[in-house]
Amino acid sequence: MAGNVNHDYHILEPDIWPLVGSISALSFTSGMVLNFYPDLFGSTGSIVMYLGLAGLIATFFMWFKNIVVEAERGDHTPVVQLHMRYGMILFIASEVMFFVGWFWSFFDFALFPTALEYDPSADTTTSLFGEEGSIAQFIPANMEVLDPFSLPLLNTLILLCSGTTVTWAHHALIHGDREGLKQGLWATVALGILFSFIQAYEYSVAPFGFGGNTYSSAFYMATGFHGFHVLIGTIFLAVCLFRAYKGHFTPRQHFGFEAAAWYWHFVDVVWLFLFIVVYIWGGWGAEYH
Amino acid sequence: MATTADDFAPGAGAHAGHGGDHDHDHADHKPGFFARWFMSTNHKDIGSLYLMFAIVAGIIGGAISGIMRVELAEPGIQYLQWWAQFMGGANDINTALHMWNVFITAHGLIMVFFMVMPAMIGGFGNWFVPLMIGAPDMAFPRMNNVSFWLTVAGFFSLLFSLFVPGGSGPGAGVGWTVYAPLSTTGSPGPAVDFAIFSLHLAGAGSILGATNFITTIFNMRAPGMTLHKMPLFVWSVLVTAFLLLLALPVLAAAITMLLTDRNFGTTFFDPAGGGDPVLYQHLFWFFGHPEVYIMILPGFGMISQIVATFSRKPVFGYLGMAYAMVAIGVVGFIVWAHHMYTVGLDVNTKMYFTAATMVIAVPTGVKIFSWIATMWGGSLEFKSPMVWSLGFIFLFTVGGVTGVVLANGGIDDNLHDTYYVVAHFHYVLSMGAVFSMFAGFYYWFPKMSGRMHSELLSHIHFWTFFVGVNVIFFPQHFLGMQGMPRRYPDYAEAYTFWHEISTYGYYIMAGSMIFFFVNIAYALLAGKKAEGNPWGEGATTLEWTLPSPPPYHQFETLPVIEDHHDYHDHRPATA
Repeated sequence: MAGNVNHDYHILEPDIWPLVGSISALSFTSGMVLNFYPDLFGSTGSIVMYLGLAGLIATFFMWFKNIVVEAERGDHTPVVQLHMRYGMILFIASEVMFFVGWFWSFFDFALFPTALEYDPSADTTTSLFGEEGSIAQFIPANMEVLDPFSLPLLNTLILLCSGTTVTWAHHALIHGDREGLKQGLWATVALGILFSFIQAYEYSVAPFGFGGNTYSSAFYMATGFHGFHVLIGTIFLAVCLFRAYKGHFTPRQHFGFEAAAWYWHFVDVVWLFLFIVVYIWGGWGAEYH
Repeated sequence: MATTADDFAPGAGAHAGHGGDHDHDHADHKPGFFARWFMSTNHKDIGSLYLMFAIVAGIIGGAISGIMRVELAEPGIQYLQWWAQFMGGANDINTALHMWNVFITAHGLIMVFFMVMPAMIGGFGNWFVPLMIGAPDMAFPRMNNVSFWLTVAGFFSLLFSLFVPGGSGPGAGVGWTVYAPLSTTGSPGPAVDFAIFSLHLAGAGSILGATNFITTIFNMRAPGMTLHKMPLFVWSVLVTAFLLLLALPVLAAAITMLLTDRNFGTTFFDPAGGGDPVLYQHLFWFFGHPEVYIMILPGFGMISQIVATFSRKPVFGYLGMAYAMVAIGVVGFIVWAHHMYTVGLDVNTKMYFTAATMVIAVPTGVKIFSWIATMWGGSLEFKSPMVWSLGFIFLFTVGGVTGVVLANGGIDDNLHDTYYVVAHFHYVLSMGAVFSMFAGFYYWFPKMSGRMHSELLSHIHFWTFFVGVNVIFFPQHFLGMQGMPRRYPDYAEAYTFWHEISTYGYYIMAGSMIFFFVNIAYALLAGKKAEGNPWGEGATTLEWTLPSPPPYHQFETLPVIEDHHDYHDHRPATA
């Protein structure tokens, strides 16, 4: 830095990626909308959407690459590292509120149900509202739900276990044990991938399709967004693993790793709520598949 | 860079005498045009971008309200069919009426998300939070830029929606609240999807901006500036940022449910599958009520700075003022259902929300009375920012009082969705928020541009605008109490008189804006050069210690705030 700067803050150079990222985001969302209406727009939507997606991926890649380069260059003074801690905590707080929205709708449907009937063979739901003898219940009549103490319990154990392996990696890092860092991260990433596979498998064999009734809507959207966050968290941890092989992170400075670990724990906690609320409590009393 | 003797500027002093050929770290070296305005990482430039964007969006949003006021000047449908054809729709009455819904939607969304929020938080917040806390920039300068461009992306998505089918015609005609089922089964076509993604994009930008402001304020205050010495504008942005951070993600979830209901067969808001349209209203207003405080709190902060400056007195009850904003922010999260009194809430719920809503009048009253007490015994100077602030205090109080009326669940059964509500929220927004923005603009324009605006034009702007908006909106109380429903393009003849008056008010207001733009043009072309502190000894916050405009990178040596046991004097200790 030039001699006349007497503070530890990080003053950045102009950067093109915020603009590229925003244009890509607009292109991605607009392409998605065009995709919803193939009758009107044909296949233009896919092109626009995938261009936007490519731009977004490039932006994320370059952006984080730049942050890593700056960190390795020593631009991240203690106060700048503190910025990042604040930033990550606040980001996670906003993510928590996002899930509040999904849980809110889940509780609304579970606590104030209407009478529905499900036809498993056709995957259709009919409203029995106002019909004689119909019973208001969250899980539509004739619908089976997933047994929480089968694959969901296994997934709970997998995520809890991955929480310990990421802590193992963290402790290894703090004590200068690079091998332990890599092993712990490998284990965590593997467990994350395993979770995603099991979740995908369970979706594929679930006794109810996507949408059509409130249980299915709230179930798939809440667990689906969680799954998406698992995917992001896994990528974040995989990047840390890659960086560990590149020799990044010191026992004293490794916020990239810590942020990934925080994010992973957040994803873990959301799952615990999903497991208890959606899988156990939400399906209580219904037939298990 | 001009400095005067009384402009003690740590940043400026540190590099005085250096040549202009220094490398990029030099305080006043600016990047080239494209890099400076499209790749910016400078809080002042990004603030200026936000302000320019907000002015453009405000012109569009304001023009749309003109279309609506002209249409409403007399009963019957006058111009909507013409607009329907102009926008590429069919020449029939349904398309014409759909255009009305499109106009109210676009006006609301533009004014809320693309005018008030970018101006107050993005514009003034970006410019003055770092300056007031003695920081060289924001905590995350790159993220600051993506916040801005995502807002622009959101605006474009909203503009796209105007040109694609949205039900009975082009555009999203769902109101700024995007209520289901009108926004789901009621509006086939891509327009509403574009509008929803517009909110996603702008919301993402705002969430990133909120994390940036909170981090900056918590972590970049100059040595000695404790939270309890922070200028009230910074406090207001801090509280606002928390509201954004915690409220917007809930909106994101709600509008994602709209998207999946529209396109993927979920039934969140579709009773046929057990869903509940009222759930959407709960989720929306859980965001929407904090949102209305998001739009006014930065205004509160600006008014506090300005009233203190032009009374030459520290603000009365500094801590009370700061924590009143915190209280408004906290309580603002638990009053949302007062927007939904007529959906069939049970009476106990209505009683709770009535009581909780009225509680907000207490910290708001603390603020109003403290502004008045600040002026009491002060040496008042009626410069342009001050007259706008006085206008704010008066008109916001009117809107606050009608708010207390509407807070009553029983009374609201009659007034819900009438022009009384329209009058109420335009008093707190078009007069509250907008007056505070003009006050802030005239207060800080010399600092931002380095030029003085014309006091005469500013005062003419104030008085004509004051008359104009009151003529628009005061009669709308009468219309509402007579039963005129909101969001209708046509009405029974009995309402004609006050509607006509209201439309005359719009002409006065629109004419008044000419003085604003002429004033800016005059100041930029021929305005007197502004001193570092053009407002005298009442202006005590750190931005006035810098030259006008401030150096490209200020505070390269951080200012140190002395412990005066004085909540208002933020001048640096050394001179």
